[in-house]
Parts: sequence; C-alpha cells; structure tokens
Amino acid sequence: MGVTDATGTGGPPEAPEAMEALRATGAVIRDAAPGDAVAGVAPRWVASPRDTGEVAALMRVSAARDLAVVPAGDRTKLDWGNPPERCDLLLDTRGLTFGDGLVVEHSAGDLVARVSAGLALGTLNSMLAGSRQELALDGVPRAGTVGGTVGGTLATATAGPRRFRYGTARDLLIGVTVVLADGTVARSGGAVVKNVAGYDLGKLFTGSYGTLGVITEATFRLHPVPADRRWAGVDLPAPRTGGTPGGQAYRPGGLPPGSDGFGRLDSLVTALASAQAEPSAIEIDWPGPRHDLTVAVLVEGVSAGARAEALRELMSAYGTAWLRTEAPEWWAAAPGEDTLLELRVPPACTHHALRVIAAYGLPARVRGSAASAVLRMSFPAGMDREAFTGLVTGVRAGLHPFGGGLTVLAAPPGLADGVDRWGPSSAQPLMRRIKERFDPGRRMSPGRFVGGI
Amino acid sequence: MSIRPLDGPARRFEELLGPRSVITDPVRLRTYECDGLTHHRVTPGVVVLPDTAEQVAGVVRICNEHDLPFVARGAGTGLSGGALPRSDGVLIVTAKMRRILSIDLPNRRATVEPGVTNLAITEAVRGLGFYYAPDPSSQQVCTIGGNVAENSGGAHCLKYGFTVNHVLGLEIVTPDGYIVELSESGPGYDLLGAFVGSEGTLGIATKVTVRLSRAPETVTTLLAAFEDVERGGRAVSAIIGGGIVPAAIEMMDALAVEAAEAAVACAYPEGAGAVLIVELDGPAEEVAHQFGEVTRLCREAGAFELRVADDPERRAAIWKGRKSAFAAVGRISPAYIVQDGVVPRTALPGVLASIDRLSHEYGIRVANVFHAGDGNLHPLVLFDDAEPGAAERAELVSGRILDLCIEHGGSITGEHGVGVDKARYMPKMFSADDLDTMQLVRCAFDPRGLSNPGKVFPTPRLCGEAPGVRRGAHPLVEAGLAEQF
Repeated sequence: MGVTDATGTGGPPEAPEAMEALRATGAVIRDAAPGDAVAGVAPRWVASPRDTGEVAALMRVSAARDLAVVPAGDRTKLDWGNPPERCDLLLDTRGLTFGDGLVVEHSAGDLVARVSAGLALGTLNSMLAGSRQELALDGVPRAGTVGGTVGGTLATATAGPRRFRYGTARDLLIGVTVVLADGTVARSGGAVVKNVAGYDLGKLFTGSYGTLGVITEATFRLHPVPADRRWAGVDLPAPRTGGTPGGQAYRPGGLPPGSDGFGRLDSLVTALASAQAEPSAIEIDWPGPRHDLTVAVLVEGVSAGARAEALRELMSAYGTAWLRTEAPEWWAAAPGEDTLLELRVPPACTHHALRVIAAYGLPARVRGSAASAVLRMSFPAGMDREAFTGLVTGVRAGLHPFGGGLTVLAAPPGLADGVDRWGPSSAQPLMRRIKERFDPGRRMSPGRFVGGI
Repeated sequence: MSIRPLDGPARRFEELLGPRSVITDPVRLRTYECDGLTHHRVTPGVVVLPDTAEQVAGVVRICNEHDLPFVARGAGTGLSGGALPRSDGVLIVTAKMRRILSIDLPNRRATVEPGVTNLAITEAVRGLGFYYAPDPSSQQVCTIGGNVAENSGGAHCLKYGFTVNHVLGLEIVTPDGYIVELSESGPGYDLLGAFVGSEGTLGIATKVTVRLSRAPETVTTLLAAFEDVERGGRAVSAIIGGGIVPAAIEMMDALAVEAAEAAVACAYPEGAGAVLIVELDGPAEEVAHQFGEVTRLCREAGAFELRVADDPERRAAIWKGRKSAFAAVGRISPAYIVQDGVVPRTALPGVLASIDRLSHEYGIRVANVFHAGDGNLHPLVLFDDAEPGAAERAELVSGRILDLCIEHGGSITGEHGVGVDKARYMPKMFSADDLDTMQLVRCAFDPRGLSNPGKVFPTPRLCGEAPGVRRGAHPLVEAGLAEQF
C-alpha cells in the first residue's frame, strides 16, 4: 500500500513539544504506525481519549498548533472518501466513555439509549438484546468486521437493508455530542424522541466524514426486537447484452422492456414496496454480467411467516421464489472491499442503473436496497485506472437523466486519482460556508469530502 | 404625504409581482399580524404574495439590497409565533403557491409547492392507496411549507416519524436570494436535515418533495377508560414495554375529557379519570395480534371500559374528543395557554403529579392532553383573564411546566417550535456553546441575519464574531438594542 508521510521527511522540529502538549491532555498518545494510514496518508500521532473532555483538550492543542485531525473508530471505513490533504493526529474514539466509564446508558422504558461514539454497533446490539430492543441500523460489514462503530456509522451515514422500514442513522439519531475544531463541546437534540428545539446538529454531522468535528456521544431511538424474521426471494435472469468498454450499449428506451429479467425488476420492486405484507427491507444482489439477479425481502413481526409467504407468492410470478428463516449469506454485507462505489437512483429506476452498469460489460458486483435505491458496486482487484475513470464518468452521466448519482466510497491507491469521488451538488457553495464556519482553519479531515471540503 | 422607508422596496415588489400581489394598505396588513399564537401581534411592513420560486428569490434579493428582514408564512397556524411578522420588514406569504407539481407513485413521492395544505397531499393520493404520514392536528389548513419550517409531527409520529423523516428533497431560496436544491440522498452535508425545523431562519422552501406512504391494510382504534391518569400511564408503559409500537397513543385527563364532552359531546365513558386512545395499523394479522395484547394490557392496568373501532366512522367518533380538546377548553375556561413540552415517557407519572401540585399551589386548573407514547405533553393551562393576576399565574405555571420538562431531560417543544414564544427558554435547555454552535449554521446560511430574525434564538451572536464562548457583554446588549435572558 502506498503510504506517504504527509508531513514531509522527518517532520518539523517542534514535533516532540507538540506530542508533549497532546500528552498533557491526559489522553494516551503514541507515534503512528503504517497501519494507521488514512486512505494512504500517514498521521504523525494516534490519540486515544477517554471522554469528551479529553477530546476537547486534544482539539484545543491541535487548534493552537495547527494540527490536522482525523477521527477514527474501528476503521472499517477509514479509506472512504478522498485522502486527507494532511493528517497529523488520528483520533481513536474506541476508548471513549461517559459517566463513570459507561459506554451505554439504556433507558429501556423510553426505548432510548445514549451511546459512546466509539462503541461497535454489533456490541451495542448485543448489550441491548437482553431487553429485547435494538438500534435498527445494519451497518455495512466488511471482511472481519461487524459494521464499525456508532461514530463511524454516523460520520459516513451508512445504512443497511432495513433503512426501508426504519430509516437511516439520521432518522434514528435523537441527540448528539460533538467537539468542534476549536475544542468547543456542543450538544444538540436530547434524550426524547420528539423534540424540535433548536437546529438539528445531529443531522448535519451525520454523513459529514469527520470534516466538522468529532462525534463523541449519540442518543438513539430504539425499536423492539421483532418476534420473528423471514426472508423470501427470487432470481431474475440477467440482461443478455454484452456491453462495450465505453459503455455505449445502453440508452434509456434502447431495449424493449421485458427482454430479460431486469425489465421486470422495477415492477416487482414497486409491488413489494407497496405490499400490505410490509417488508422491512427489499434488497438485490447481482454478482455481475451473465449472472442472475436475486431479489430478496425481509419480513419482521409476529406474523412474519404468513406475510413472507404472501410475498413469496407475489415473487413467484417472476421466477422460482423461495422462503427462508435465515438471511442469505450476502445480506447486509458490502459487495466488495477495495473498490466500492455507491449509486443512488429513484427506486423505480433501479433497472436503468443496472443496465447502465451492464453496458460496460465489467465484472461489477452490485448489491443494495432496491426500494430505497441505494446500491453499492464493487470490482475485483486490478482494475485499470482509465477504465475506472471512464466508468465513473459514464455511469454518472447515465444516471443523471433519472436524477441519480454516484459516489466512489473506496478505491485502491492511485485508481481514483483525478476522479471526482463525490460528484456534483448544487448546494456545494452552502456546504463550503458550513465548513468555513465550523472549521475555519481547515484542520478537520481536510479535503476528504464533497468538492474537496 | 410622508414617504415611508418601505415605500421604495414596495414599488419594486410591485414591479416584480404585479400590484395585486403586494399589500401596503394598513387595514389589509393587519390581517397578517399574527399566527396561531394570537397574543403576539405585529403588523407587517409589507406583505407580498409571490407565485413562483423565482419571484420569492427576487423578493429576497430586493430585501437584501435594502437590508430588510423577511418572514415567510404559510397558513399561519403555527403556535409559537414562528411566523410573527416584522413591522420593519416583509412578510412573504406562500398562499398562492399551492400547486401539486407531480405525483410519482412508482417512486412513492410527490412534489408540491409550499402553500399546499398537508391534507391536500393525502387527498390527492388517497384513492390510489397512499397517504402522507405526518398529520398535525391542523392538517386541513396548515401548509407543507410551514410543516417543513416547524418539522411538524402529529398523533401518528410515534410510529411514523416527523416531517423530516418524510421529506426527500427541497428547493429553497437562500437568505441571500439564490435557488438551491437540497436532497436527502445527494452527496454532501445533510443540509435538508438541518433546514427542516429551522423555523424559517435558514431560508424559504419553495418546492417540497415528500415521501408517500402506502395506506395500511388495517387500522384499529381502541379507547380505554381508567379511573385515573396513573393507571392509564401504567397501560402505556406495559404496551411499549411489550414491544408494541402503536401508530398513536393519546391520553386525556378528566378535565380534558370534561371539556371535550362540553364542546362536542364525544360520549366518552362516564366517570373516566383518564381516557387512552391507542391506534394500531399495519398488516391485518399483525394488528389482530397486537390488538389482543393491548386489550389485555389495558385491562391488567385497570381499564374499566374498552371500545373498539375498525371502520372510519367509529374511528372518527373515538378521535372526536381528542381532536377537539384544544378548542374545547374554551367551553370550560375563558382563556387558556396551550403548552408543548416533552419528557421521557418513563418520567410521565412524576411530571403529571408535579403539574397537579403546581395547579393546586397557584390555583390554576391544568387540563392534560398528551401524546403518551412519546412523552409529548400538551397541558392546557386554564385561567380567567377577567380575574386580576390570573394571566400572570397561568404564565408562571406554564413556564414551570417547561422547567419540569428540562429537569427531566426533555424538551421545551415537541412539535410547535420555539418561535418568539420560547426563545427565552433556549438557554435553559442548551448551553451557550450549544447555542453558539447552532449559530454557526445560521451564519453559514444567513450571514446578514435577515431571514426570520428574532425567532428560535434569544440573543444571536453576530456572524462576524469569533466562534467559541462569549466574552463580555453581547454588542447588541451593550448598545441597548437587545436583552439577555
């Protein structure tokens, strides 16, 4: 992996003094190792604060010495986004606690939990399971992980299949504590589900990729764990078009609808999304060109069995449908590791998105929430940079007529050089103004976000 | 005739919108002097009624040129003075912008102009098996633009969430007059999430794309009568603790029932010290199972009468008393204050007992109507405005109830907003740093502070000031132009 020292060779002479100042905050500080790199950029130090107060102290020291800071949790998504312009301090949130070492304050009767940002989602749900409650966020597990920490999930706004029923992190977050670039500790929202007092900073910080400050605590609304879960699914035949390297094969309306399984995908998804059986998730998995496409739904609740059977019947009009008590092995997992792209299209345009991809004939694997229209796409290692650039530009242009977009979440070093990873947004001037107000010194994850924010 | 400071801008508005869409006549201006919170009244300087987003943007640009504050207003049903006009500014009324622009059922969304009423969206898609979920009590008249500004809720937000959970996209006019699209799914900061509920201080929504929800297969409404609020509260806890999230759980105490009875003869069970309304919706089998559980839990908690409705007429009969409760208290009290505070659900019994104590201590009756499932209290603080000192005592009780909410980790507003009415309570709920941080958002959107100034925040920091803890007196306070609460 192409790790570079963002500070130049050897670092500036004041480094030992800065390290002492960081140590004086009470947080554990160590020199960074190659494994601490953020999207290929090596920090100088790694800090492990124990509470919000120590984070604030670290941020004050960083402000005084113009240190660039990148927050990190389980690092499952630390390679997402642009590489930072510079990185002095990696702020490891995993040791964060509050109130006598607590990491969770669970008010079961209120269906609410206050959680340290450094806690892993999977661990949190194990802790809540005793009360038969859960935070209905699936995370996006990658190899060897359980979906990352609460803070990382919020910072990257990731959500899994059940977003269709429960919404995403921003919908379940009811309160947040953040530390700003200058060390100011700010809270917004609170511990009650219904609350419209003041601005919702939680929403602003959700999906901000560490560019506005450090999330240290979050309060969520919880849901009862459903009494039962069932999955139903069906395989649809893949498009018969081979695609071309330039991807010119597909134009909307260019193929007669129904010429393959994809043509009926959207009518199926529309029917499932509107079904009275109320699926909690409607997912697709397409291993790539010349493979069948699987559509699977999750049904939750007391009558999950009967409702899933109703959906299986609905799907059987499209192919051989199945019913299971366990999730398919691909459920809720990212389709790949090194190269990961996210596509967003209106739900009834999912098949257009797949055709746009299929037109390139590349070995793409696509997986995601069809009814919420968030799909993730990956490629095997070794993809050619020129082909990748062409794909990003071409797919983005192909999705544009449907109001869709594409984001490059992760890419191996070099592959996405020169590529606009985030794509256009008409609100960018406003976003820049937000960044300037929150982080005038551009020290929080500089350059990682939309438009180089 | 003297030339007023707003005469120049008014002429420019007339050039832009046509003379019929600009109101300067003092008598007609008074029509717009308040929203639903009628004890705050200000006659606006000028009222404009634009037809399009471009016209809204044009008006806002002229306001910027003349340094005029502006306030947007829909139907004016808000209950916190959020749409209170400025006498030195412009009131932008969105009443003429009421077109439903598109209904897109395959994608389960509709795009509408801000002046469209909440219920009109549901009515447009009801026959197609869909509806728009957030349902504030004023949904027949309140506009979607106002709902966006206030992040409105309603009885069913326990299960379905608030406006912010159902808005997929916005077109806004920024406070400096640019038209910008905000999307729930686009790349970048969730500006849409920050904008919804910002009470008009971050700009004006000119187009709203909302999520349409499929109408549930079954809706069952249950009314349970208890001897007292405590028993009713026990039933609520048991239902939620049992893993059931109903579409709505509403409670009324004896005084609220008495008022509703006097006003609409809702025929709620006689002798009820508390009435609980539980609405379940979803797949038929699921609802049937939950209904059995809820019935059992209510009985165990001491319900002495249960009524069930599973058709629209009977359901309306059950809801009749609850939906008319606010207006109904007019039958048993010459004047009242509607409070809107939130406490954690588990704190409800203690807070209700404290409200009862306050009521006795100050000799002020309080009728309780509340969204029991999410702890959103709507105490109706009753008083006789002819009685000397009664209004002051009622105001005091109302404020003490908010203090109780804050003490219990709740909120000073669950759905009505802060507006001008509660701006002074914000420092009780949030620290100076919290409020300063919120101001960073305000300053990014509205550095000149022209968009609905004076709402939400008691003493906004000037946008040129350095962020961080305030040092010394605020310049506006020092200049005698503002008051620090």
